[in-house]
Parts: sequence; C-alpha cells; structure tokens
Amino acid sequence: MDLNMNLDGPHSMGTTIIGVTFNGGVVLGADSRTSTGMYVANRASDKITQLTDNVYVCRSGSAADSQIVSDYVRYFLHQHTIQLGQPATVKVAANLIRLLSYNNKNMLETGLIVGGWDKYEGGKIYGIPLGGTLVEQPFAIGGSGSSYLYGFFDQAWKEGMTKDEAEQLVVKAVSLAIARDGASGGVVRTVIINSEGVTRNFYPGDKLPLWHEELEPQNSLLDILNATSPEPMNI
Amino acid sequence: MNFMASKQPENSLLGPEADSQRTLYPYVTGTSVVALKYKDGILMAADMGGSYGSTLRYKSVERMKPIGKHSLLGASGEISDFQEILRYLDELILYDNMWDDGNSLGPKEVHNYLTRVMYNRRNKFNPLWNSLVLGGVKNGQKYLGTVSMIGVNFEDNHVATGFGNHLARPILREEWHQNLSFEDGVRLLEKCMRVLLYRDRSAVNKLQIAKITEEGVTISQPYSLKTYWDFSAFANPAQGAVGSW
Repeated sequence: MDLNMNLDGPHSMGTTIIGVTFNGGVVLGADSRTSTGMYVANRASDKITQLTDNVYVCRSGSAADSQIVSDYVRYFLHQHTIQLGQPATVKVAANLIRLLSYNNKNMLETGLIVGGWDKYEGGKIYGIPLGGTLVEQPFAIGGSGSSYLYGFFDQAWKEGMTKDEAEQLVVKAVSLAIARDGASGGVVRTVIINSEGVTRNFYPGDKLPLWHEELEPQNSLLDILNATSPEPMNI
Repeated sequence: MNFMASKQPENSLLGPEADSQRTLYPYVTGTSVVALKYKDGILMAADMGGSYGSTLRYKSVERMKPIGKHSLLGASGEISDFQEILRYLDELILYDNMWDDGNSLGPKEVHNYLTRVMYNRRNKFNPLWNSLVLGGVKNGQKYLGTVSMIGVNFEDNHVATGFGNHLARPILREEWHQNLSFEDGVRLLEKCMRVLLYRDRSAVNKLQIAKITEEGVTISQPYSLKTYWDFSAFANPAQGAVGSW
C-alpha cells in the first residue's frame, strides 16, 4: 500500500493559465483542476476571476492565496471606480495585484495573469509571477502546465490575430498542457474581453482535440468487443 | 593524531558508498491497479500511464503481464522495478518448466514468491518500489492477492493499489457480489477507473482490462473512457460567489 498520499495537503492549483492579446481585446484561458496533494479536489474549478466589468485575472499556485489577493483587489478596485467616476484601467488593476504580491512576497505563493480592456490602452495582458514582478506582455503563460508551452508559443504566437484565432490558440495550448501536466486537467475555460463586453466559454474535456497517444473515448470495452467480432482476443 | 575511518567490506550496505545502491525514491511510476473476482476468474484493470514526477511522460506502458499459464501480474509504482520483477519471474517460470513434470506454479505460489522477494528487499532497506496485484485461476480455484513494497500481503475478493484503495474499493465494497458476469465485472471496473481518471492526478485516459480464466490470460487492446462534464454547475461555478472556485 502506498503510504504517502497527502490527501490533506494545501489546496494548490497546479494549473495552466494563459493570457493573449489580439486585435481589439484579450483572451484569458485556464484549465479547471484544483488538487490537494495527488487528489483532485475540484475537477471543474473556475480560475478566471472577475475584478471589474472589464478586467479579469487568471489565478495559479495556492488556491487560498490567489483567492484572497483577488478578493482584496476587487474590493479596492470597486472603491477606486466609485472615486474615479469611470471604469478602472487594466494597468491600475495589475498594479494593485503587484502591490499585494510584492509586499507579502515571503508569505504568498501565487502567480497571476491580469487581462482586460480599457478605452485608453485597449486590450492588455500583465503577468505577475511569484515575487511580485509586473511585466506587460503581448501574451503570458503561467502555472505548472506552462512549462510544456514555451516551445509551442515560440512557434505559434503571431502579432495581430483575430478574436477567433486568439481563442483557438488558447484552447489548443491549454489542451496540450493538460495532456502532459498531471496538475492540470478538466475543462478549458476562456474569457474574451473587448470594447463590446465579456464572453465566457466552456470547453469540456470530451470536446478537446486528441493529441499523441490519446485515443477516441468509448462508452465501454464491451462496445468494442461486440463491434469487432464475437471471437476472443489474443495477447 | 587522526583516526582512520573504519573500512567497510565492498559489498556492505552500511556507510555512504552503499547509498548509491538503495532505492531512495521512484522516478517513472504507474498509478492504481484494480482487480476483482468474477464468475469465471479474475478481471484486472490498469491505465497505461508512466508518470515522471508530475509530468505524464509515457502513455503506452503495459502494467499488466501474464505469468506462466495461470497468473496475471499488475503493478503500480516504479516501472523499472516492475521490469526487474518480471525478469525474476521469467527465471522462476523457466525453472518450473524445466522440471517438465506436468506440474506448474499456480497463482498462490507466485504470490508467495513475490511476497518473499518484496519483504526481503524491504529488510535490506532496498525495496522494489511497487504495489503488486497477482490474480489467477488454477484447477477451478480463483485467487486474487496483493503485495506492497514493504511486504504487506493478503488475498481478497477485490483489491486495488494506491489511489484505488481510497476511490475504487468503496465502490467495490458496495457493488461487488459473488458470480459477477463478465459484462458486469467490466462495467464495475470501468466505473472505478473513471472515478480514478477524474480524481487521481497521475491517471491517464488510456487503459487495458485483463481477464484470466481457466483457459488462460487475455489482455484487451488499449482504449479510452468517455468522461462527463455536462453539468450545469460546471458551466458557471462561481456565479453565486465571485472570486471562489
């Protein structure tokens, strides 16, 4: 019997998170697996969290730390929006995340990708890794699954994609990471933000493309056995 | 004045030189194996994943192998140690066949041999990092047993390794009964494997189901299971509590 099954470990979102800019907005994407040790505590989590009407954040790392940081920033942004009299900019949201991440760097373990649209700068993506560095990027990847995507993005990323191209890229990338990262899995969620508003999409595990060595899912072995022929298989 | 370090004989397991020989931790691992007794024999299921830490590195690893005429061995844990065990068993079966006396090692004997191997390695602090499931039928008698890397061994009507113990065995305790048909057994194993696929991080969606009866061993072709995500709660889980999961 295996003795080291840490079923009471801290909830961590192993995760794959992605943010990509396109002509007129941003697409945010993430998987949906939250694990405690090796157990999948939630197979359908929502890691793309709303900060304001026009700014969302992808969360990775410790589930608790990322939730509390996004809760605080949502609260601050709400007050900021009232005082400012107009929607907050993506840059302000990203900097608030940065302040919390940087000033509590010894206690927090969370990597975040902030993405949104505002009327001054259009679509923007900001990466805020562990330690609280703020980096504005045309696209950002994060979480344990992102290790498998650096080569993919080096090859597949292009400036000036359309909304649909950008979303397809994100879904393909998260799906590739899920295939290889044990800490990522479940469904692919995307959030598209542009001048017109916000669209949430949901790509369940069985609708994702199949990659190398993956097979078409079946209802049961019995269907396969009955379909081929009544004779028994050989080793 | 200095004290000379005491000299160990070359093959001693004490001292720093011996550490390179001990298995400290596994590298390429397989996850759960689940097995049950049914009307005609034993059914066993295992996925084909070989994980390298948290990376799902190999997806076509066969973790169940026939042993002799009467047994089937499934393994989880370090794959290289499983391959070594298969080499030991090859030798065991070879010697058994060389007697040419019409007798052959049955599952009970193979299980006992494996138990001795695993326990003796554990006593030398150099375990074979596996949890094994050994099933078979001989002379109409069904046998299903398990051995862990520290030598814990027992038989039962249904067994599992790793996560299977926590997720599959409760299902089997509820739904297993004597004289399951082949179809019911397969469906029950698939139910267990699907839960493992949802909830075990190291599970991979490509599995094989093996059956062993008096006639012999059959291991199915690799196939994948359908998974279900079409629940309204999954579409928008944070609706009532923005910022949660």
